[in-house]
Amino acid sequence: MMPYDLSPLWLSLRVAVISTLFVFLASLALARLMSRREFFGKSLVEALILLPLVLPPTVIGFGLIVLFGANGPLGILLEQWFGFRVVFTWIGAAIASFVVSLPLMYQSVMAAFDKVDPRWENVARTMGVSEWRIFRTITFPLAWSGILAGLILAFARGIGEFGATLMIAGYIPGVTETVPLAIYFAYEAGDMEKALFWVLIISSLGVAAITWVNYWRKKNAVRIGRE
Amino acid sequence: MLKVNFQKQLDHFNLEMQFELNKEILALVGSSGSGKTTLLNCLAGIVHPDNGTILLNGRHFYKDGQKPLKIQKRKVGYLFQDYALFPHLTAEQNILYGQPRGTDVSHITELTKILGITGLLGKYPHQISGGEKQRVALTRALAAQPGILLLDEPFSALDDANRDRCQEELLRIHEQWQIPIIFVTHRIADAEKLADRIIRVEKGLMAEETVV
Repeated sequence: MMPYDLSPLWLSLRVAVISTLFVFLASLALARLMSRREFFGKSLVEALILLPLVLPPTVIGFGLIVLFGANGPLGILLEQWFGFRVVFTWIGAAIASFVVSLPLMYQSVMAAFDKVDPRWENVARTMGVSEWRIFRTITFPLAWSGILAGLILAFARGIGEFGATLMIAGYIPGVTETVPLAIYFAYEAGDMEKALFWVLIISSLGVAAITWVNYWRKKNAVRIGRE
Repeated sequence: MLKVNFQKQLDHFNLEMQFELNKEILALVGSSGSGKTTLLNCLAGIVHPDNGTILLNGRHFYKDGQKPLKIQKRKVGYLFQDYALFPHLTAEQNILYGQPRGTDVSHITELTKILGITGLLGKYPHQISGGEKQRVALTRALAAQPGILLLDEPFSALDDANRDRCQEELLRIHEQWQIPIIFVTHRIADAEKLADRIIRVEKGLMAEETVV
């Protein structure tokens, strides 16, 4: 029998899986747009995507509260259109994870697309194939190893998010208590054994993710290098 | 018939091309960086001229004041230098990549026999030799039954025996298919052996040479 209530783990996994799914779709669309189109304000858009890498989590949390709070523009819209609140809910935690992991995934996807030889796409075009099919059957499969590495990093970053999550989702046991929050509040309460339990759980997940990414990269380098 | 008359500013010079080509084999010779590959890329639609006209069999690929014809609609077979085979697809998947499902592929089956690659179809690019890659890439370029065939240094990675064999095959294909073929080479011997016409390109300017 487990010594502790495992709900923080399930909640963290739910938050990280959902935020990673959205990060995956958004970063593919953004990387595609940024690598192929020239438009006014492009560098500003790129700076905004990457900004969470250099901002303190509290600033990100503050920005999310301003946007998604009960009186924030997006908060009002979501409440009116879909009838749900972001602040003090697990959705807020997922949005915080999304914002902090998007730049990591975006950088990985850009690097992965850069590695795809443009001649492969051009030769496919000369064969009369549509841009969407080229993306689906040439660009994406050949960039997949880099994209997957980015997904793992984004997932790991999302599951470990603390500062912004605390600000927007708060600490409500059983509702918004993710593993990082559980560690902090167990430590605050002097329950070192519980804090250590969650530290070991999340560290194991991190080690497993990084080990797997490294293994995948090595395996893939051998395969792609042959052509 | 192919009619080419365009200009394009490159880094260090202006590329000026003007020639007409029937169902002949044209060799482009000249030193590296002289604009030969850019000409092929302009014909394929990968890059566009600054001004002028490119016309193949009455279809404007490029014309001043008009949107360039999309690469996908040009029906150009292009064999890139180093072949650019898709590394994650087998030779057969490479060749059939642009073929819609259910299309008649009997001409491709015949090509694979002519080029002797039927035994390679299940193999990936990293499992076959340079000469075999070249033949797979040539079959792929011809699979869509193009109106013109562009070859960028098609024989550069081949040893003498393979080069001779590939050149013979190219001549046979040209005789059978009767389409204009333009190939870039730095070996004047290849140009003289294969081409009906030779154009020398140096720093963007072209001059026609007499085939001996």
